[in-house]
Amino acid sequence: MKTTRRRHLAAATAVAAGIAFVATGAAAQTMTMAVGAPVTSLDPHYHQLSPNNAIADTIFDRLINEDHRSRNQPGLATEWRAVAPTVWEFRLRPNVRFHNGNAFTADDVAFTLQRLPNVPNSPSSFAVYFRPIARIEIVDPLTIRFHTHQPYPLLPLDMTNVRIVDKETVENATTADFNDVRAAQGTGPYRVVTHRNGDRIELERNDTYWGERPGFQRVSYRMITNDAARTAALLAGDVEFIDQVPTTDLAKLRADNRVRLSETLGLRLIFLGLDHQRAPGENSPFVTDNNGQPLGRNPLRDVRVRRALNMAIDRNAIVSRVMEGAAAPAGQFLPEGVFGHVPGLGAPAYDPDGARRLLAEAGYPQGFRIQLNSPNDRYINDSRISQAIGQMWTRIGVRTAVEAQPWATFIGRASRIEYSTFLIGWGSNPDGSHPLRNIIGTYSRERGWGASNRGRYSNPQVDALLEQSLTELDNEKRERLLIDAMRMAMEDVAVIPLHIQANIWAMRRNLEHTARNDELTRAQDVRPAAR
Amino acid sequence: MTVYLVRRLLQALLVVLAMSVIVFVGVYAIGDPVEILISPDADQLERERAVVALGLDLPLWQQYLVFLTKALQGDLGNSFVFNEPALKLILQRMPATLELAFGAMFLSILVGLPLGLYAGLRPDSPVSKGIMAGSILGFSLPTFWVGLMLIMVFAVQLGWLPSTGRGDTASLLGLQWSFLTIDGLSHMAMPALNLALFKISLVIRLTRAGVRETMLMDYVKFARAKGLSPARVTFVHVFKNILIPVVTVVGLELGSTIAFSVVTESVFAWPGMGKLIIDSINVLDRPVIVAYLMIIVLMFITINLIVDLTYSLLDPRVRLESKGT
Repeated sequence: MKTTRRRHLAAATAVAAGIAFVATGAAAQTMTMAVGAPVTSLDPHYHQLSPNNAIADTIFDRLINEDHRSRNQPGLATEWRAVAPTVWEFRLRPNVRFHNGNAFTADDVAFTLQRLPNVPNSPSSFAVYFRPIARIEIVDPLTIRFHTHQPYPLLPLDMTNVRIVDKETVENATTADFNDVRAAQGTGPYRVVTHRNGDRIELERNDTYWGERPGFQRVSYRMITNDAARTAALLAGDVEFIDQVPTTDLAKLRADNRVRLSETLGLRLIFLGLDHQRAPGENSPFVTDNNGQPLGRNPLRDVRVRRALNMAIDRNAIVSRVMEGAAAPAGQFLPEGVFGHVPGLGAPAYDPDGARRLLAEAGYPQGFRIQLNSPNDRYINDSRISQAIGQMWTRIGVRTAVEAQPWATFIGRASRIEYSTFLIGWGSNPDGSHPLRNIIGTYSRERGWGASNRGRYSNPQVDALLEQSLTELDNEKRERLLIDAMRMAMEDVAVIPLHIQANIWAMRRNLEHTARNDELTRAQDVRPAAR
Repeated sequence: MTVYLVRRLLQALLVVLAMSVIVFVGVYAIGDPVEILISPDADQLERERAVVALGLDLPLWQQYLVFLTKALQGDLGNSFVFNEPALKLILQRMPATLELAFGAMFLSILVGLPLGLYAGLRPDSPVSKGIMAGSILGFSLPTFWVGLMLIMVFAVQLGWLPSTGRGDTASLLGLQWSFLTIDGLSHMAMPALNLALFKISLVIRLTRAGVRETMLMDYVKFARAKGLSPARVTFVHVFKNILIPVVTVVGLELGSTIAFSVVTESVFAWPGMGKLIIDSINVLDRPVIVAYLMIIVLMFITINLIVDLTYSLLDPRVRLESKGT
């Protein structure tokens, strides 16, 4: 009796195990995903570029990870705090091993940070994250301290941009060694098996991963840059997961029951830059009177004109018609829930009559002529958005010509401040200081501010608040400073925010994905769907 | 013959030089690679560092001299984007493009010649008229549209063929080739057909025109009068003579197929050189653009040479030496 029961039990367990095995067996097959932007290198410190960071996240770990809403989560560090105004202490996760079996310790962290400024020929290096650090102190194998030149509240944010490599493997390695897989040994959820430059990366599960168990035995990470081809590959079943779903395919994919979408509002604002460089009494390059003659003044330096141009844009129309709903109208850089978001500052209301009144008040009752410059291959629907704005501005009497060019040509001229007004985008780090410092802050080589301030906006009051925030270690006070600075800049219409893009992925029904607001497409965010 | 070859090689060298100057000036005129490659949040110091790292801080003529000195030692520079030798990047992707181009060429001859022959021999039959009408479509439909339609029909709707990529490869002469595996061939089918469509039409039209012209020649009439079988007249007397224009055009087309299969390669995500060059142009990766165009110039000159040599084999009247003088 007893034996039979036990036997039954054993049989039942075996069946259950069998089912479980079949279930995981099916899930454990190769998952094939296709991304729209090519990875240029497996070296995580060679090129600061989203596609590279996404694959680096799959292979390596950071001290502080960011969850899908860009909130800090323990990564290779379990806790961190400022132990003194200029000293940050990180406690490291014990018992973590690199893919090649080497143990992870504070030595690897110190080595990684020192490597950042020393990657030869890097077209966009990670050196900025090392620069605030004066000295690195290894307290014990699992405790490390960073001594900074001055109080530096952004150090944890910086650490979310640095992937940790193995000192022993990388000490004498070059970027090419990473691309040949030899040096690409991280602690991350997947390990690299093969890498074919610009074509595909084959990954395999790291069975000893310290975090959540990755969902697939093998992952094939392919690059299909053509939008239509990527969607077709998904529909044909050649790949099971794609990113950067083109807005023109959204309606079709939403209706297709073989496919599911995952989407979230991102951190990328599309906005218009304005010429603040030319003095109020100077001509702006692409502004003329209605007969095409020079105006003799720069109307964009008059806040009433900037407000008028801002109010004349029907953001809801752009979002629903041009963007097919894959964006949200915006009145500031960051979406709600991100550090530094200005509460209550929504997108400006569409008010063409008010805009005309403001123009008349500013001395342009008949309007003027302007050229809006725009890239045509960079942001989602960029040139079409510009066309729409051109029509809206023309409606309030500002006759607008739109010139759209490839990014390669556009960006050089924009950086030489050759335009009067231009459409451009900004993908923020999840901290209010990031857009303020790069886009709004006064251009200054010494301070490293305003490098992307291509309208050369300058407001001493905003600068003062920003300056104060950069050394404020109390996060509450710091956020208040950032909010005040951003509110001030937006009321002054430093730039004209348009909308924040949604990030959209599409997959076969048997998969699930956690949509990230930082646009990164990572294998570990995809899992077999729960039945 | 030797004089002729030497002369052709000298010409090639000149063209390569001129081309490299044009690319240098052209890329410089378009924009600044650093602006495109650098992370948007890099500060001024970091931007300056990147400019120096890529050697773009020197005046243009000095940059060119540096390039030339290195090129003479066989180093065409490192890609700005990948930090790997430009030549290596291109050669890595060459097999994919070569097999696709030869596949397309093979298809165009296999399909184009018989259809063209038929249309030339029976110009008035409805089938011939159908062939000619079809060839107009082959000429005029845009490649990217046809490519996407092929994917929609054969991959998405019918599910017969894979939509993109290169599939399994097998090794031959140390390189990876798709045409050696069944899976690879099924991946190749659509892009090769897509690429071949234009060329098939071209071959059909050339062959048909050639046949129609040759059929009226005296020697054909004479052969017929001699009582030779129609098959012998067609395949020996006519066929050999119409091959000369076909060989010329197919040869030149092969060159442009290898060099500019950009559209097909991006639609089918075929990891060949065409995709590399268009990506490189988008980010102004000058070393890759220069190296690529140098290879292409050399290739065109070689193909032209081979075409000339084939001429002299097909047509005993052509003498290469006489061209040189």
